Amino acid sequence: MMEVGLAGPLLQVEDIHKSFGELEVLKGVDMTLDRGHKTAIVGPSGCGKSTMLRCINYMERPTSGHIHLDGELFGETRSGDRYTPMNEKELARQRAHVGMVFQGFYLWPHLNARDNVAIGPMKVRGLGKAEANELAEAMLEKVHMSHKIDEFPERLSGGQQQRVAIARALAQQPKLMLFDEPTSALDPELIGEVLNVILELAEEGRSMVLVTHEIRFAREVADHVIFLHDGVIVEEGPPKQVIDKPQHERLRAFLRQIVEH
Amino acid sequence: MEVFFTKLTALGGPLLLGAATTVAITLASLAVAIVIGLSLALIRLLGFRPINWLISIYVEMFRNTPVLAQVFIIYFSLPYLGMKINPFPAAVIGLGLNGGAMLTEVFRAGLNAIHYGQREAALAVGMTPWMSLRYIILPQTWRITLPPLGNYSIALLKDTAVVSAIAAPEIMFWARNLVTSTFETTFVYILAALLYFCLSFPLARMVDGFERRQRAWQ
Amino acid sequence: MIEDFKGFLAVYVENWSDWGPQIYEAVWVTIQLTIASFSLALVLGLLLALGKLSRIGFLRGFCTAYIEVARGIPALAILFLLYFGLVPLGIVFDAFTAGAIGLGMSAAGYIAEVFRAGIQAIHKGQREAALAVGMTPLMTFRYIILPQAIRIILPPMLNMAIILLKDTSICSLISTDELMLRAKDLAMMSFLPMHLFLLAGAIYFCLSWPLSLITRRVETMMQRGRRQTFGG
Repeated sequence: MMEVGLAGPLLQVEDIHKSFGELEVLKGVDMTLDRGHKTAIVGPSGCGKSTMLRCINYMERPTSGHIHLDGELFGETRSGDRYTPMNEKELARQRAHVGMVFQGFYLWPHLNARDNVAIGPMKVRGLGKAEANELAEAMLEKVHMSHKIDEFPERLSGGQQQRVAIARALAQQPKLMLFDEPTSALDPELIGEVLNVILELAEEGRSMVLVTHEIRFAREVADHVIFLHDGVIVEEGPPKQVIDKPQHERLRAFLRQIVEH
Repeated sequence: MEVFFTKLTALGGPLLLGAATTVAITLASLAVAIVIGLSLALIRLLGFRPINWLISIYVEMFRNTPVLAQVFIIYFSLPYLGMKINPFPAAVIGLGLNGGAMLTEVFRAGLNAIHYGQREAALAVGMTPWMSLRYIILPQTWRITLPPLGNYSIALLKDTAVVSAIAAPEIMFWARNLVTSTFETTFVYILAALLYFCLSFPLARMVDGFERRQRAWQ
Repeated sequence: MIEDFKGFLAVYVENWSDWGPQIYEAVWVTIQLTIASFSLALVLGLLLALGKLSRIGFLRGFCTAYIEVARGIPALAILFLLYFGLVPLGIVFDAFTAGAIGLGMSAAGYIAEVFRAGIQAIHKGQREAALAVGMTPLMTFRYIILPQAIRIILPPMLNMAIILLKDTSICSLISTDELMLRAKDLAMMSFLPMHLFLLAGAIYFCLSWPLSLITRRVETMMQRGRRQTFGG
């Protein structure tokens, strides 16, 4: 109800193209995400789903197309018809509102769990040390990592590292959370703990975009599924429709393959 | 025995004075080398081709020629261009430029050892590139480069001996002077060697410590 | 500017008939000095490494001490001690011999550590596994231990050769008649220090750079080999 004045969608992705040299990875994708909604992007490896996610917070600069977050143009400024790329400082200010969780965790090995979470709020938002630590402790509790708060990343399992990485993103108090295959680098027995944390966050009503291989999980957590193939969206809709009654032959083949494995 | 101590006090004094200069030259050159090495390693990351070529030329030139030749060129050739230079600054410039080339490679390896994802994660939480360098990349680079940096410091300490050739008043310079005035050749040179060992041994133990800690981190 | 440069080069052309043969001769001495000191360092280094790994306490202590001391003292101090410092004791070397022995003794400390690292890096289990498949100890050494040890040892060894090549220049300070001394003498006689020291620098570069390139090549080759060995 607090968002009365912000009637538009949280995230708008408009006709994004992305090429690496000769290779066109994204060939014009659009998506819209309303507040509190969750979209899962699925597809075979190499289909461009990670690139699409990374374009949302300008980790990759799209070759063309535009992103709007909360009604504000992301990564660019506009005057009339001219779009100018933002400098890194302005970009950093916008990125601070988007949390990102990576496949490879990328915790900073020279900082313990608490500092990994606290350093962002301290340096980016200028929080005091005590305040940032308090925030970090609260976020680590959310991902059930309070007991490892003083540990350095190398002493944590992959699943634990990923949960700290989620806490780090949560500490940004982001408007939007991006998950880039958060469980792909994990041993099978560690996947569950991470998925549970993500599910809890989803139930809190957070807005998120999730790239994943875990079809069953996507079905459970997302209210919208996008199937990406060769850089274009082939099929999308509610999970019950896309996953349970796939229309497109490519999607059927993809789902069969996933189930077999 | 008494004779020994008389000799030791007579000769030890000037040598200790030289040792102070040796330490001063080492520290000053180390500072120059770190500033050059770190700056060039960082500039290299920006990826401007022509600048990177220039850096490579500098690194290769200084790594593939004797430090004595470098010091001679600076000390004997700058006056030829109309610049007068004293032995101490000439020594620091020569050793510093030489070290800068060595440390450019050391810092580059250190920076390369850090996964690009570390930087991405920093950008993702809203850090600027400068902040990610300052809070995420450099602290880790420092940790990785500490052992090779320590080893380089030992090599540098020993390399300072060659600047006696341009009359910088360090240990070897004083040793040579003492020999000409006292003819205590054997004693003086053994004392000089011992003095270097006393300076480098603690450094070597420190490097061992860094390396052990590093292994523990991995 | 260009005229200056032309004038600068003209000096070399003018003096080449005088400098050329002398420099050529001196370069040859530098190369001989490098080879002699490197050979000595290899032999001494291997013995020291084996001594440090031996079970005999006294030997281990001596070799460890030698390595520490050799690594802690500048080669120049060792050269002065050998060349000037032993004369009162009746031990007299000529400048070349003192240079080769001094540099070799100094480098042996590093080389010993390189050998030791190479020998120790190979896990005991590998030897046992080789014996278990029926290899004799000799075959184990030849096919299992040696190929891996070379991979670890070769790059730092080549680096040491480069360092020695450059370090031969300090033998000029004990009057070994090598490149640096000859350049210095010619510089003093002709009052052209810049020309001669730059020339000397360029020659060292021409000797050292190919070695550097080879070393880098070998480094990448060895790393590739290692990755295959450990299947990553």
